[in-house]
Amino acid sequence: MSTVDTQVLPSGRWQVDKVHSSIGFAVEYMAGTFHGTFSDFDAAVTDGVLNGSAKVASVQVKDENLAAHLQGPDFFDAQAHPELTFTSKAINRDGDRVTIDGEVTIKGQAETAEITGEVSDPIADPYGGERFGLTLQTVVDRDTFGVSWNNPLPSGEPALSNEVKIIAELQLSKQV
Amino acid sequence: MRVLGISGSLRRDSYNTALLRHAGELFEAEGAEFEVYHGLRDIPPYDEDDDAEDAPPQAVSRIREAVWDADAVFFVTPEYNSSIPGALKNALDWVSRPLATSPLRYKPVAVIGASSGMFGAVWAQAELRKVLGAIGARVTEGEVAVGYAGERFDEDGRLNEPNLEQEVREVVTTLLGDAQSAKISQSAANAVIT
Repeated sequence: MSTVDTQVLPSGRWQVDKVHSSIGFAVEYMAGTFHGTFSDFDAAVTDGVLNGSAKVASVQVKDENLAAHLQGPDFFDAQAHPELTFTSKAINRDGDRVTIDGEVTIKGQAETAEITGEVSDPIADPYGGERFGLTLQTVVDRDTFGVSWNNPLPSGEPALSNEVKIIAELQLSKQV
Repeated sequence: MRVLGISGSLRRDSYNTALLRHAGELFEAEGAEFEVYHGLRDIPPYDEDDDAEDAPPQAVSRIREAVWDADAVFFVTPEYNSSIPGALKNALDWVSRPLATSPLRYKPVAVIGASSGMFGAVWAQAELRKVLGAIGARVTEGEVAVGYAGERFDEDGRLNEPNLEQEVREVVTTLLGDAQSAKISQSAANAVIT
């Protein structure tokens, strides 16, 4: 039987290592899963509270016209809502499994979300510091946030799923 | 507030251009400057080979500049073969490139339309909204479908039905509101950058 540890994340301030971390999304589109990432993002754990953000204008996909479309009002609307954000409200840990209740804001719309994932214990890194890892994911209904673009397939079914998986793979480095 | 009006019809006595002029009066009544764009027929077929950064065709430069200078763009479109007139779509293809820096990007736009048949160009309007959305414009909600257009205008080329005029006025005021919001949001963004 497992026990829930409420001292879930290390105390103190931990800042994301942006080079060795990523924040992105995955969504079913036509016959497969489409992935995108944000190159400009931030995340920190401060006394057990996780905050994260990503700049919409930094969305990375393999076509510049698609990137421009994703930044437009059909999708994220980078001009009016330049950032996506997340703030944790409660974190529970069971072994290396972590469950985070928090608030995701996309296109200016804040919604509660449950995020699940894995946490690792801090290790000494080769640069004289300490770091730990968080691998997190959640599924949001993009329509709830007003990200409602779609295009019908010949069958009449929508080409793009409303369910979008948000994935964060974070290495957090201790700040002294 | 500066609004650019574009009719998708080239025909001299076009119902859509008449509708555009009538909408222009409604914009001016709300205190906006309204300019009708006249150069649609001068725009060559889109060819990326001709879209040189320093020297695009003159007619293309003119429409790109006209869109840049406007706070909002108001489209009135007929429907050809269930879709957007080719000349209008061609103009948008030029204005859209490159997508990341298109003058239509984040530009508040609205679409209404007229047709001589009963449906008032609703399919063309829907496709035009889709195209404008794909370009990255801020597409205002609201639709006016002027069906049986041959019976809907008086001798001066103005709508002869108060209900239709009111529908157009609602789209006009919504677009001006969206343009005002966009201006405020853009000013705030610029303030952050500087």
